[in-house]
Amino acid sequence: MCLAVPGRVVRVSVVDGTPMAEVDFGGVRKDVCLQYVPDAAPGEYLIVHVGFAIQRLDEESARRTLDEFTRLGLLEEEFGEVP
Amino acid sequence: MISFEDWSCPVPLRDTPNVVAGHGGGGAMSADLVRHLLIPGYGDAGGTADRDCAVVEAGGARLAFTTDAYVVQPMFFPGGSIGDLAVNGTVNDLAMAGATPLYLSAAFILEEGTPLADLGRISAAMGAAATAAGVRLVTGDTKVVGHGNGDGVYLTTSGVGVVADGVEIEPRRAAVGDAVLISGDLGRHGVAVLSCRENLEFGTTVASDTAPLHGLVAAMLATGADLHVLRDPTRGGLAAALNEIAAAARVGVELTERDLPVPDGVADACHLLGLDPLQVANEGRLVAFVRPDHAEDVLAAMRAHPYGTGARRIGTCVAGHPGMVVARTALGGTRVISMPIGEQLPRIC
Amino acid sequence: MKYLDEFSDPDLARSLLRQIHAATTRPWALMEVCGGQTHSIIRHGIDQLLPEGVEMIHGPGCPVCVTPLSVIDKALAIAARPGVIFCSFGDMLRVPGSGRDLFEVRGAGADVRVVYSPLDALGIARDNPDREVVFFGIGFETTAPANALTVHQARRLGIRNFSLLVSHVLVPPAISAIMESPRCRVQGFLAAGHVCSVMGTSEYPSLSQKYGVPIVVTGFEPLDVLEGIRQAIVQLEQGRHETRNAYPRAVPETGNPVARQMLADVFEVTDRAWRGIGTIPGSGWRLTERYRDFDAEHRFDVTGVHAAESALCRSGEVLQGLIKPHECAAFGRVCTPRQPLGATMVSSEGACAAYYTYRRVAG
Repeated sequence: MCLAVPGRVVRVSVVDGTPMAEVDFGGVRKDVCLQYVPDAAPGEYLIVHVGFAIQRLDEESARRTLDEFTRLGLLEEEFGEVP
Repeated sequence: MISFEDWSCPVPLRDTPNVVAGHGGGGAMSADLVRHLLIPGYGDAGGTADRDCAVVEAGGARLAFTTDAYVVQPMFFPGGSIGDLAVNGTVNDLAMAGATPLYLSAAFILEEGTPLADLGRISAAMGAAATAAGVRLVTGDTKVVGHGNGDGVYLTTSGVGVVADGVEIEPRRAAVGDAVLISGDLGRHGVAVLSCRENLEFGTTVASDTAPLHGLVAAMLATGADLHVLRDPTRGGLAAALNEIAAAARVGVELTERDLPVPDGVADACHLLGLDPLQVANEGRLVAFVRPDHAEDVLAAMRAHPYGTGARRIGTCVAGHPGMVVARTALGGTRVISMPIGEQLPRIC
Repeated sequence: MKYLDEFSDPDLARSLLRQIHAATTRPWALMEVCGGQTHSIIRHGIDQLLPEGVEMIHGPGCPVCVTPLSVIDKALAIAARPGVIFCSFGDMLRVPGSGRDLFEVRGAGADVRVVYSPLDALGIARDNPDREVVFFGIGFETTAPANALTVHQARRLGIRNFSLLVSHVLVPPAISAIMESPRCRVQGFLAAGHVCSVMGTSEYPSLSQKYGVPIVVTGFEPLDVLEGIRQAIVQLEQGRHETRNAYPRAVPETGNPVARQMLADVFEVTDRAWRGIGTIPGSGWRLTERYRDFDAEHRFDVTGVHAAESALCRSGEVLQGLIKPHECAAFGRVCTPRQPLGATMVSSEGACAAYYTYRRVAG
């Protein structure tokens, strides 16, 4: 279900009283409704589904997750097993 | 474990009394329409009418002959227009038979109310494309239908070319061991057109790859290599082209997924809309099945040509799983690349 | 695309796979509830790389698949009305009702349009004030906020020629229904990440406790899916059954409170039939009284349309992991992606279609 992809806010605006943003998906740009992440600012990453931002992407958390994957991989190489 | 060998579609023609959009999608439904409805209707006069391009004998010469209808919405898109497509597409159908394209016809079906300025842009694009391809537009026709009965301009081009002696390029010649080559990256045309289609519009720098490919084919032939199959992966994309070849030659095709060249802009648009880039249309690419010991020479010739700079090997023709195309994933698993069914549709899930 | 590519890294994926192998001592049956995860598993061949005996059961997580036949028949009936513009997400167009699909209705002259977002349908309504514009509002909790805002906007802006045909479904009641099935084989769940982006994770710990199953909130890229599987297996091996969040970059514990507030205004809980499974109590949303005027079922008076599901189709059992797709007699014979009989063959993420399309070739 629910194909949602991360994109970066390029600029924000208000259309018919609804907050909107132009969001960049690695070069592909699409107008996205910001009703549910109304304080999103340019430069931030959002999770977008059917033209709506449903959540903010926590970049710090993304880095931590990747670091954890890398750390587990290194432990595994070093000790041949994982905790 | 089920066997996929000898699987055929259990229902030859989709059970619908009317034409539906999928019949024009270039996938299984289009193929069934031709095979199970049109060709039987032609009877003894039919024969080879299921091919993109026929090679026929006439007056001692081997002629390649093809026709193609163009229904494109919108008519103008990043990188080209219906006019470019109508010339390059027909030139490419001839080129995929190894022919030197010579003469084209053009038949227009025009909707009342279409601005003449649009038609002017289209004809100018056709002229420029024909000049670039070295072919001549020598005959044609125009008809007009009432307002609301067409999408502006429908265009049909036919073309003839000559095939040199000894050139035998057709899908059933794909052979186990063949190297599978692609001339460049995938999915540009389909994404460019989708980006300006009503209700789907998105911003992109991706432009159509529309280009005439007979010069590239000539360069490949000039190496003296044995080219078994050439195919332009248009509607239905690489997935449809390879499945058609696998089915025609009763061979399997094995791709290495990380070797498939999908440019970032195409991959991103496909992520956003939930499309498979392998099913997205190309208009300036060809896929080639070549004897493995000739593959390096052919690749070198392709890369030296302006329309083949991105050429690379993407897979191999195998004896296993005949009729099927399989890709090895980056993680080391496998997946089946299936024949697209009908239209490509954006997904929500 | 940033934050997608990094989570597809093959080296890290292989490392996670080795960790899953190292952690596994016995067979486990896990269910991913989300069709997007099913797609990722099959698309990357992840199921083939798991330890022998670790089985992924593809759950009822595709909203297209589980939309019941009678709702599709209602859609077809409404779309065929003169003066109607019927708008839908693309994947709904190929779903057969009893006899036809939206493509065929379009082929017979109906105005059926594919849109990317429900807001596009509202724009069409505004541009065509003399036509009735209906949007097919399907989906799980992820899609519901988009549909909710669209109908809210229609009301706020006074766009009276717009209505919504609603068939929303909810994940937690489906998990309960699966766990309460007498033949249930599922020992752990990967919960749907983007559903939790909206709803948060608070509904799941009580399910973990009640049914004694680990529930791991999981994302969609290969590394996310592998990490979800790894965490579920580690819990199972240690005899634990907790709710854990393996997709924290997109799922805060509270979900999206703004969206949830809108949902509470526009929708209310109702019983919902799931194609191939049957009615699950409290498993769906319908428009609240405040928005009843925008309910296409009432506006077009199709509430009486009912339809019987195919007798041959065993998609209900497939969805619950009781049988594999190819164990159904119809699979690949009378039921194929182009001629789908039931729920699971309908969408490319349906368990049967995914199985048909991507099934590994040799053993």
